Amino acid sequence: MLIVTGLTIRFGTTTAVDRLDLRVDPGELFVLLGSSGSGKTTLLRAIGGFVQPAAGNIVLNDLDLVALPPHRRPVNTMFQSYALFPHMTVAANIGFGLRMRGMARGDIEARVSEMLDLVRLPGFGDRRPAQLSGGQQQRVALARSLAPRPSLLLLDEPLSALDRNLRRDTREELVRLQRSLGIAFILVTHDQEEALTMADRIGVMCDGRLAQVGTPAEVYERPNTRFVAEFLGAANVLPAVAHASGTRLELTGLGTVVHTATMAMAGPVLLAIRPERVRMGAMPEANALQGVVADRAYAGEALTHTVRLADGNLIRATQSLRDGLGAEQIAIGSDVTVSWRPDACIVLPA
Amino acid sequence: MKAGRLLVLSVPWAWLTLFLLAPCAIVLAIALAEPADAVPPFSLLHPTLDNLAFIATDPLYRAAFLLSLKVAGLSTVICLLTGYPMALAIARSPARQRNLLLLLVMLPFWTGFLMRINAWIGLLQDDGWINAIPQTLGLPPWHLLYTDSAMYIGIVYTYLPFMVLPLYARLSQLDTQLLDAAADLGASPWRVFLSVTLPLSMPGIWAGVLLVFIPAVGEYVIPELLGGPQAQLIGRVLWQEFFNNRDWPTAASLACALLVLLLLVPAGVIWASVRRTANSEPT
Repeated sequence: MLIVTGLTIRFGTTTAVDRLDLRVDPGELFVLLGSSGSGKTTLLRAIGGFVQPAAGNIVLNDLDLVALPPHRRPVNTMFQSYALFPHMTVAANIGFGLRMRGMARGDIEARVSEMLDLVRLPGFGDRRPAQLSGGQQQRVALARSLAPRPSLLLLDEPLSALDRNLRRDTREELVRLQRSLGIAFILVTHDQEEALTMADRIGVMCDGRLAQVGTPAEVYERPNTRFVAEFLGAANVLPAVAHASGTRLELTGLGTVVHTATMAMAGPVLLAIRPERVRMGAMPEANALQGVVADRAYAGEALTHTVRLADGNLIRATQSLRDGLGAEQIAIGSDVTVSWRPDACIVLPA
Repeated sequence: MKAGRLLVLSVPWAWLTLFLLAPCAIVLAIALAEPADAVPPFSLLHPTLDNLAFIATDPLYRAAFLLSLKVAGLSTVICLLTGYPMALAIARSPARQRNLLLLLVMLPFWTGFLMRINAWIGLLQDDGWINAIPQTLGLPPWHLLYTDSAMYIGIVYTYLPFMVLPLYARLSQLDTQLLDAAADLGASPWRVFLSVTLPLSMPGIWAGVLLVFIPAVGEYVIPELLGGPQAQLIGRVLWQEFFNNRDWPTAASLACALLVLLLLVPAGVIWASVRRTANSEPT
């Protein structure tokens, strides 16, 4: 188990990681999600030993990592650029960590060929990294970092250099591999879809701190701040006020009362609704608002209408094109009703 | 299009012909001439291979060639051992300091070469600055000037920038993530150096070795001004044949032999590196 407490990392006057606490369980696939500059890669590099923290502790299975140089830490990293050694063969790359541990030559050969099978590259041992495709290099980098059997693997944007289709396949393969090996993974990404599909738990990073930690469903369905709601998926955010604790909110701009499924404390709040939970047209027992279609965006599998409300706020409604494009399109400028069910309401602190 | 290409290429070709091939041909012609009591002191009436045969068989010249190779080789090794840590330190220093450090490496070029070598005479002589140290301790002076040590100091001092610059160029381009990756996989700093930094800087090492070794073999001024009379390097012998003995054909033969020798060294290095690249080509 990895336990990070009060970790602070500074570069000159900027604080990259700010009093951060984190717990990663054995065998867990933990995804650190954040935009660039949020401190997620710095946190990963601190665990790997490449950045010295100004304060705080990093403890892995009762072993204090901060005191150890990178080469003594039982942690391996898969680097974003893969960092394969260009002057060594694939086999020598994968065997590097084993040689550094002084493993016998025969054992190294056996382990290398086992790793090549694991990443589906049998027979590639004699090639050079430059002779491999991007996807193959990615798998060699993975095999190299897994070969020494680390108790924790750190992956820095492992899929970002792959093209879209390959990325989806590799994502599934990586999760399968992680489950079968039972090694804890900490994976850094800025791709929310990657985070949602792969993670056991997601930690959303913002300004050097963890804004929210939870399972993908928890973080998506019940974001705790406007930042998390908008960073993970899209969200329509409308200012509102609760006059008394309960399930009734008054929209600040329109004065309309909407019903929520969860209780809100009295006071100003923000109401967030996911675009895919907003319908064009009225629904029974749902919140409904009137507006004018301002824009329309076709994305192949889905169609998004942007509706301007009377107070100028915009609401986006995304519908999946299950039955084709046909009748779903509504002309720009049409008067429409948008509606959503009370349980689609996310109430956020203002 | 084709005429334009020819025109562009004709400039370097003309330059090479006029200032490289033609002088080489003249030197080769003199090497094949007979010595004569004339101005210039040779005659091309009866071309002969006697001069080349003479320098190939005479032990004096063979000794001079071997000594030159030894001095140049040892100087190159010292330059490499001194220059590598320097280049690595510059490449690893903060970006703001790098240009200043590189400037310091190149600063000696702002002064004339002969002046700098003469400055070393002032430093090395028996009552020079370096000998102020034993003097203040009441010890006898160190005899440095006109010894092999002084000659090596001079050569290493002069050629060190030619080792540092190509090494720096190579080391500064080294992907530091490779070093992180090696450390991450359990390599101590020393093993990171041996397994990643050193092999990936080999092209820089070869470039530096050639840039130091080749001019050092033919070096004349430094052994003449700083070395002792026993330091009969080929450049010095050549000079003596030409100016003191006025034996132009022998001097030209020595020059030709030196040129061939110095072409063999880089050719060998290039051949070895081409072969290594060919081995790692896709199959």
